[in-house]
Amino acid sequence: MAAPAAVLQSEWTKIRSVRSTVWTLALAFLVTAALGAVISLVFDNNWDSMSDSDKATFDPTAVSFFGMTLGQLALIVFGVLVISSEYSTGMIRTSLTAVPQRATFYTSKVAVAGGLALVVGMLTSFITFFLGQALLGSHKARIGDPGVLRAVVGAGLYMTLLVLLCVGAAAMLRSPMLGLGILMPFFFLVSPILSAVPKVKTVAHYFPDQAGQKIMQVVPSTDDHVSYGPWGGIGIMAVWVVVALIGGYIVLRQRDA
Amino acid sequence: MIELQGLTKRYGDKTAVDHLTFTVRPGVVTGFLGPNGAGKSTTMRMMLGLDSPSGGDVRIDGRHYAQLSEPLKHIGALLDAKSIHGGRTAYNHLLCIAQSNRIPRHRVDEVLETVGLTAVARKRSKGFSLGMGQRLGIAAALLGDPEILMFDEPVNGLDPEGIHWIRNLMKGLAAQGRTVFVSSHLMSEMALTAEHLIVIGRGRLLADTSMADFIERNSRSYVRLRTPQPERLKDVLSAAGHTVVTTGDGAFEVTGVEAAQLGELAAQHQLVLHELSPMRASLEEAFMQLTAESVEYHAHGTVAPVGGPVAAGAHLAPVPQGQPGQPGQPGQPEQQPQWGAQWRNPGSGKGR
Ligand SMILES: Nc1ncnc2c1ncn2[C@@H]1O[C@H](COP(=O)(O)OP(=O)(O)O)[C@@H](O)[C@H]1O
Ligand SMILES: [Mg+2]
Repeated sequence: MAAPAAVLQSEWTKIRSVRSTVWTLALAFLVTAALGAVISLVFDNNWDSMSDSDKATFDPTAVSFFGMTLGQLALIVFGVLVISSEYSTGMIRTSLTAVPQRATFYTSKVAVAGGLALVVGMLTSFITFFLGQALLGSHKARIGDPGVLRAVVGAGLYMTLLVLLCVGAAAMLRSPMLGLGILMPFFFLVSPILSAVPKVKTVAHYFPDQAGQKIMQVVPSTDDHVSYGPWGGIGIMAVWVVVALIGGYIVLRQRDA
Repeated sequence: MIELQGLTKRYGDKTAVDHLTFTVRPGVVTGFLGPNGAGKSTTMRMMLGLDSPSGGDVRIDGRHYAQLSEPLKHIGALLDAKSIHGGRTAYNHLLCIAQSNRIPRHRVDEVLETVGLTAVARKRSKGFSLGMGQRLGIAAALLGDPEILMFDEPVNGLDPEGIHWIRNLMKGLAAQGRTVFVSSHLMSEMALTAEHLIVIGRGRLLADTSMADFIERNSRSYVRLRTPQPERLKDVLSAAGHTVVTTGDGAFEVTGVEAAQLGELAAQHQLVLHELSPMRASLEEAFMQLTAESVEYHAHGTVAPVGGPVAAGAHLAPVPQGQPGQPGQPGQPEQQPQWGAQWRNPGSGKGR
C-alpha cells in the first residue's frame, strides 16, 4: 500500500502549488478581519445612540466575528476547489493512478485541507478578535472573560469544519460549478434567510452553519430558543461534516474517475 | 505483463468493452488498434483501476492495479485526455506525483530533461502547447522508471516533429526491454512502431497477432483484369493453374503471378483486356475492412479470423467503384454494387 506519509506530503505539495489556495485563504482572512474591524468601529462610534436593551445584549466577541458571514464564502471556494479541481482538470486520473488506494488518497487530501484550514482559521479568528476588540474601546471583551476563549477557538473550529464540509460535498458533486453553485448560495442566502423565518427556523437552526456559529456567541440573544449550547452546536455541525465526508468517500470509491 | 481476462465495460445498455481477453508481453511494443469509439481508452482506464469493469478481470504483473504499492514504479501511463492541473508548474506537477510514490526528487529533473521541458519547468502548464502537455504527461509516466508503459493515442494532434520524437521514445523504451502498450486508430502509425498488434472493434477483440503476420496476410499483392470476354478469360486462367476471384463489378483478381505473365497469357489466347493492373492492398485498408466488419461478426458471435475474409475484402479497397465480392463468404456484409451496375457489367451477375 502507498505510504500514508508520502501521500500526505504529495497532497501538501499539490495544495501549496496552486494559486487558488493562496488567494482563497488570504481573502477569507482579510475579509473576516477587515469587516470585523469596520463593524467594531461602527459599534464603538454609535454606542450612545443604542437602546438599553441592545446595550444589555451587546456581544463584543460576536460583533468582531461579523465579517465571517462574507469571509466564509472564500473558505467555501477553497474547500470546493481542493477536490473539484481534480475533476475539472482531469488531474484526478493522474492522482488515482499514483495512489489507487482511494481511501488513502481521500483521507490524505481531507487531512491536508483540514489541517491548513485549521491553521488559517485559528490565525484568522484570534487576529480578528483582538483587532475587533482593540477598536471597540471600552466596550471590548477580554480573552479571559467567561466564554470568550471558547468563542474565539470555536470560530477557528467553525472555519475548519466549514472547509471540510465543502470538501465532502464537493467530492459528492465533483464539478466546481455545481459545488460552488449550490454551497455559496446555501450558506450566504438560503440558510441565513430560512433561519429568520418563523417556524422554518426551528429546522434551519440545525443547518450546519447556523448550529456551528452558536459557538461564537458569548452573550445569549433574547429571541434565542435553540435547544443546544455552543459545543452542542459545533457538535451538530461536526455531524454534518462527517456525513458529507463519508458521502464524498462513497462517491469516490464507487464511481469511475 | 498485463493480462486481461474477459474484461467488459458497459455504460447503461451500451457495451464499450466486450469480453476482451489478451496478454501484453514484455520487451516489445504492442499496438492497440481500433477505430474511434472502439473502447481503447476505456480498456486502458480499467487497466489502471480508474474505471471498474462490469465484468472480467485485468492484472498487472499478476496483481490488480489497486494492490500495487507505489504503482508508478511498475507502470507509467499517458491517458488520452489531459490529466494535468494547469495551474501547477511542470516541476510541481511531477513533484507531487513523485512524492506519492516515494520517488526521489532528482527523478523529476531527470524526466524533465528526458522530455525536453527543463527550460519551462517552472512555468504553469496552462500555457503549454499540445505537444508540451503531451511531453509533460510522458514525463509523469517515466517518473518511476517503470517496466510497463502505456500510451493512449500519444501522437494525436502532434506536429511531425513531436510524432517522430514519440515514436523514437517508444522504440527506445522497448529496446531497453520494457513492455510498451500503445493505442492508435491509425494502422500506419502502428505499422511504424509496433511489433505485436491487438485490434479491437466495438469493444471486441478482432485480432491478436504479430505485426509481421498481419502484414504478410493483409498486404498481399494481386493483379486485376477486366475483359469483355469474361468466360473465356476465366477458362484460360484456370487452365493455366491460376485461382480467379470474381469481384462484384465484374473484374477478375489473380494472386501470386506477375501482371506481365498474365498479359502474355491473354495475348496467346487472343483475349481482349480492358484492364490489367498490379494492385497492392494497404494495411490501412485491411484494418478498415477488419473493423468495419466487426458489426457483422457481432451477429455471428465469432471473432474474425485474421487473413480470412479480411484479405478477401481488403483487396478491392483501391478501386473506388469496386465492392468486396467473394460471394457466399460467411460474415461478408451484403454490399450492393451501385444500382444498375450489373447491367453494364454482365459478368458480375454470375458471381452472385
Ligand atoms: N464515461 C462514459 N460514459 C458513457 N459512455 C462512454 C464513456 N466512456 C466511453 N464511452 C463510450 O464507450 C465507447 C468506447 O469509448 P473509448 O474507450 O473512448 O473508445 P476509443 O478510445 O477506442 O476511441 C464509446 O462509444 C464511448 O462513447
Ligand atoms: Mg480513446
